[in-house]
Amino acid sequence: MSPTMTAIYVFTLACFVGYHVIWGVTPALHTPLMAVTNAISAILVIGAMLVAGSPQASQSLWIQVLGFFAVMLAAINIFGGFVVTNRILAMFKKK
Amino acid sequence: MNLSHDFFAFAYLVASIMFIFGLKGLSHPKTALRGNRFSMLGMGFAIVVTLFHPNVSNYGIIVGGLAAGAVIGVPLAMRIKMTAMPQLVAALHSFVGLAAVLVASGTYLMHVQDGHINAVLLTELVAGSAIGAVTFTGSLIAFGKLQAILGSAPLIFKGQHALNALLIGAIVVLSALFAYDHNVTLFVAVTAIALLLGFLLVLPIGGSDMPVVVSMLNSYSGWAASATGFTLNNQLLIATGALVGSSGAILSYIMCKAMNRSLMNVILGGFGTTVEAAAADAAQKSCRSASTEDAAFMFENASSVIVVPGYGMAVAQAQHAVKELYEQLHSRGVEVKFAIHPVAGRMPGHMNVLLAESEIPYDSVLELEEINPDFARADAVLVIGANDVVNPAARTNKASPLYGMPILEAYKSKMVYVIKRSMNPGYSGVENDLFYLDNCSLIFGDAKKVCEGLVNCLKAN
Repeated sequence: MSPTMTAIYVFTLACFVGYHVIWGVTPALHTPLMAVTNAISAILVIGAMLVAGSPQASQSLWIQVLGFFAVMLAAINIFGGFVVTNRILAMFKKK
Repeated sequence: MNLSHDFFAFAYLVASIMFIFGLKGLSHPKTALRGNRFSMLGMGFAIVVTLFHPNVSNYGIIVGGLAAGAVIGVPLAMRIKMTAMPQLVAALHSFVGLAAVLVASGTYLMHVQDGHINAVLLTELVAGSAIGAVTFTGSLIAFGKLQAILGSAPLIFKGQHALNALLIGAIVVLSALFAYDHNVTLFVAVTAIALLLGFLLVLPIGGSDMPVVVSMLNSYSGWAASATGFTLNNQLLIATGALVGSSGAILSYIMCKAMNRSLMNVILGGFGTTVEAAAADAAQKSCRSASTEDAAFMFENASSVIVVPGYGMAVAQAQHAVKELYEQLHSRGVEVKFAIHPVAGRMPGHMNVLLAESEIPYDSVLELEEINPDFARADAVLVIGANDVVNPAARTNKASPLYGMPILEAYKSKMVYVIKRSMNPGYSGVENDLFYLDNCSLIFGDAKKVCEGLVNCLKAN
């Protein structure tokens, strides 16, 4: 199986997992769901790190600049998304 | 350290599983915080492991970027008001979109330097960049509308749909050419067109349809991450992006269903611009108004009261006054419940968060299906800044644009009080039949001031 085909397998199966998990989320928590999916979509940071930290980056200022901003934007999402989700969920915990 | 590719693949699998557990935790408020910790752990693990990746040799930029993100992100998340959550989410979506464009561009430059270029890779790169670009500008417009920098009215012009179709066609054709021809100008052109498309897709969508738009952009940000995963052949990005993408898609579906509209109908936009006829006969009907004293007296002597909050409660920042009202009534033995319509507010679950913020117990906050049977038994209903979601025309009037939309059946209760700033119709522009029913009284005023007034009346007794 080619790498692209493997990727398509993973993608398709993950969509099914997502479908089942997300239907289980209680509607009261739909806002924290959006906030946390926001944070985890910033898993893009891995891609950004592979660009920013690559050996090629040391030879090209362009790659460094693109990589830096990509890491930063993704990191804003990670920190911002998780912190705000935590804040919201803590409110739901109080009874 | 020289670790094998399988080591990284396995570590990334662990991170994906943690994300799945994290999302699963959200099935109940009790398990949600623990779930969120799983997700955080998964993210932290993935980042740390990547630092050991053989292709990562420059740490300065990475650490600098992560630190800058933390310095910006943490205070932002700590300070944001809960009423402004939709704006924050839209802003964060735009960052993911832009990051996807930057990663695709950077990856492209890396491969050009190495000479590892093939048609599949080029297709994936240009697709990743295009999806990211649409997410970026679309989210910017959504942010502008939610933050009231832009008007919330839909912007519609002739030939809009034809233009969008043309742009999508151009993206597909130019992307195919890029994969075949490998000319960097085409990559830039596709990204530029996608940026324009993002603007054009969200501009025609009105303020009250924002829950759908925010959900849709949530979905796009996931697909952008997935597309990036394809370009890097990274299964973690692909799987996580797919989880987020399907989450946003499901939320969009739930929101559309709650408005009885198709996704296409919302995307094409312009709701509320074609209804002038309904307002014409409104002048002949009359509605009654009530004072806060009357309403407070009714609530005090009721055995059960249902509160229906809407966007007006968020705008007036009335949630804390509502909580005081809840306490006053609760301490007098009145059963108080809250009824939440799926599209109340500007994003899914918006009202639940505001009520949770003001420390109203979540088990007295109920969803549409759970609460609807209770309205007929309720002694009084208080509608705070909600409109279309309680309009009985959705049930009774086939000519109404709202017809068929699931509503909260407030009109069935013995007495309904509606807090309203003025007689202006709701965001859909549709006249609300509820206001003219015999069992309905309007309390004119700002939601927060009226709730405080009710509390004062109760305290005085």
